[in-house]
Amino acid sequence: MSKENVLKVENVTMQFGGVIAVDNMNLEVDKGEIVSLIGPNGAGKTTAFNVITGVYAPTNGAVYYKGNKIIQNYPQGKMKKLYRGENPMTYTGQHAIAPTPDKITRLGIARTFQNIRLFKSQTVFENILIAKHMLRTSNIFTATFKLNGKEEARMRRESEELLHLMELDDVRDEPATSLPYGKQRHLEIARALATKPELLLLDEPAAGMNPQETLELTRFIGRIRDDFGLTIFMIEHHMDLVMEISDRIYVLDFGKPIAEGTPEEVRNNPRVIEAYLGGAQDE
Amino acid sequence: MSTKKKTAWNAGLIAALLILLFLLEQVLPSSSMLFTVLKKGAIYALVAVSMNLLNGFTGLFSLGQAGFMLLGAYTYAIFTIPVESRNSVYQYFDGGIIQFTLPVPVALIAGGIVAAVFAYLIGLPVLRLKSDYLAIATLGFAEIIRAVFQWDKLGPITNGSNLLRNFPSFRSVIFPFVAAGICIALIVMLINSTYGRAFKAIRDDEIAAEAMGINLAHHKRLAFVISSFFAGISGGLLAMYQTTIQASMFKSAMTYEILLIVVIGGIGSVTGSCISSFLFIACSEWWLRFLDNENLYIGGFHVPLLRPGFRKVVFAVVIMAVVLFYRQGIMGTREFSVEGISNFFKKKLSGKKEKKGGSSRE
Ligand SMILES: Nc1ncnc2c1ncn2[C@@H]1O[C@H](COP(=O)(O)OP(=O)(O)OP(=O)(O)O)[C@@H](O)[C@H]1O
Ligand SMILES: [Mg+2]
Repeated sequence: MSKENVLKVENVTMQFGGVIAVDNMNLEVDKGEIVSLIGPNGAGKTTAFNVITGVYAPTNGAVYYKGNKIIQNYPQGKMKKLYRGENPMTYTGQHAIAPTPDKITRLGIARTFQNIRLFKSQTVFENILIAKHMLRTSNIFTATFKLNGKEEARMRRESEELLHLMELDDVRDEPATSLPYGKQRHLEIARALATKPELLLLDEPAAGMNPQETLELTRFIGRIRDDFGLTIFMIEHHMDLVMEISDRIYVLDFGKPIAEGTPEEVRNNPRVIEAYLGGAQDE
Repeated sequence: MSTKKKTAWNAGLIAALLILLFLLEQVLPSSSMLFTVLKKGAIYALVAVSMNLLNGFTGLFSLGQAGFMLLGAYTYAIFTIPVESRNSVYQYFDGGIIQFTLPVPVALIAGGIVAAVFAYLIGLPVLRLKSDYLAIATLGFAEIIRAVFQWDKLGPITNGSNLLRNFPSFRSVIFPFVAAGICIALIVMLINSTYGRAFKAIRDDEIAAEAMGINLAHHKRLAFVISSFFAGISGGLLAMYQTTIQASMFKSAMTYEILLIVVIGGIGSVTGSCISSFLFIACSEWWLRFLDNENLYIGGFHVPLLRPGFRKVVFAVVIMAVVLFYRQGIMGTREFSVEGISNFFKKKLSGKKEKKGGSSRE
């Protein structure tokens, strides 16, 4: 497979007041890869996701999607003095690019949340259907007067297909939040897929799952990568899952990437064993 | 139930309602309190539903309803006062500067558009902020607009603090029912569309909605502008009902009344807002009137406490009780529908059969 870069994070630092959550992060994800981001609690993994998806503007650094710069910032205002990260001068003077999260999603980057965020008053089916809204061609008048019948039918059909794929048919009309934990995570993935992404960011998709469910999820993630032609970037704590399906792994500690490589390389990296794997086994 | 069957049922019910109203008007004297309640109730139902679209379905808290109604009412009145009576209405302002009239439906819609334009302008800066700011900004807007419309310098247009009158009004209760009904139907169609789903997503979880590609600022603005549009139309209808208007009528107390109607009906239920609107108006204007009668005797017993104004005390207590014990309002977020009722009866019937067998789940 010829390498085609999908996501590139360049010198990204995220500093909250005096706390540096992500420290000069550099990473790349290529088309069709499954790349995992691991690291101890509070290492800054979710924060990295939030930067990539536009929830936070980084304090410094840039993010590229399929070769286009989509996010860029440098220490400004109060941060000029407070900034303690690296490379402050690299982007200074260039204009800041800070798209809102919805714009990022429309570019083709979808995500799930570590602390599940389903639309709680909506049914399972409606949760998926809502994600189809961004692909509409109708406007508010054609939608209100039901002149978009074809599109509405397509939205519903595609949502049904995703429901089926995620094996949620039998709970179609249940309130989303009444589902067991594992199913809610499935629904979050279905909802993200409904936006037809090219890059899928999964924040701890197996959290709260038992080993059996984790195993099924592992296979499932591999399958959707192939079926949907996806690129997957994922945060995960379950080492079995990570080691089995990742093409490459980045290890984060105190906001800093400390290692990168194939599962084999990462497993045998002494710094990783010290910082993370050793600790995790004690837990 | 199939969509066709549902539509047929709904059309039938609407026709039956209109015929019933028509017959009532033939039978009862036109001064009957029932008509007051029906007319005002229909208008308040519209403004309550418009507020619910924003507060209940999009999760934005606005307190500007009275201000937008004022804009709608004034726009309607200013453009419909017959040219020949402008001299007497605008007697202190040489007949005012507007010397033409618009047809009633056009003027009503114009009222909605004026309200919508103001909402758009307020929304531009405010909707970027956290939602609490919208409540404060809209409340402030409503107060300011009321003052501005009483300002003498604008007298040639607004007639200052004097009454606007002589504009066309309605006599039959059918008119407000049809007008409010059409508007509410439009709001319901919007709520059931993909845009309505996006509104509800924003209400449930802004961050998740944004992650699903929903542009928050754009959709919030849409909901706010549309809600204000219909508040403007209901203001025009209210002007028609009252036959005279004055800026000082549109106090924030009016907004709170509407908010109460929404809360009592159920935040997020259109039919709840409608039902509670009629109940609210009936209680405040009609059913509790007897409490204001100082000389009420039951048999030989002189009922104590009753005096003018006592009605309002009782009304306040009733409302507090409703809000305390019916947190969810009458309807919660449920809707009253033909389908719901037919399902209810089906369940009842099949439930009876199952009863013998023991437990039936409800
Ligand atoms: N909005 C914020 N304001 C201030 N500090 C924050 C904010 N978000 C995250 N942090 C801090 O950044 C650090 C990294 O948090 P983050 O949630 O990214 O960790 P994580 O690697 O995802 O951990 P976990 O495995 O527990 O999910 C933490 O110290 C956290 O307190
Ligand atoms: Mg995290």
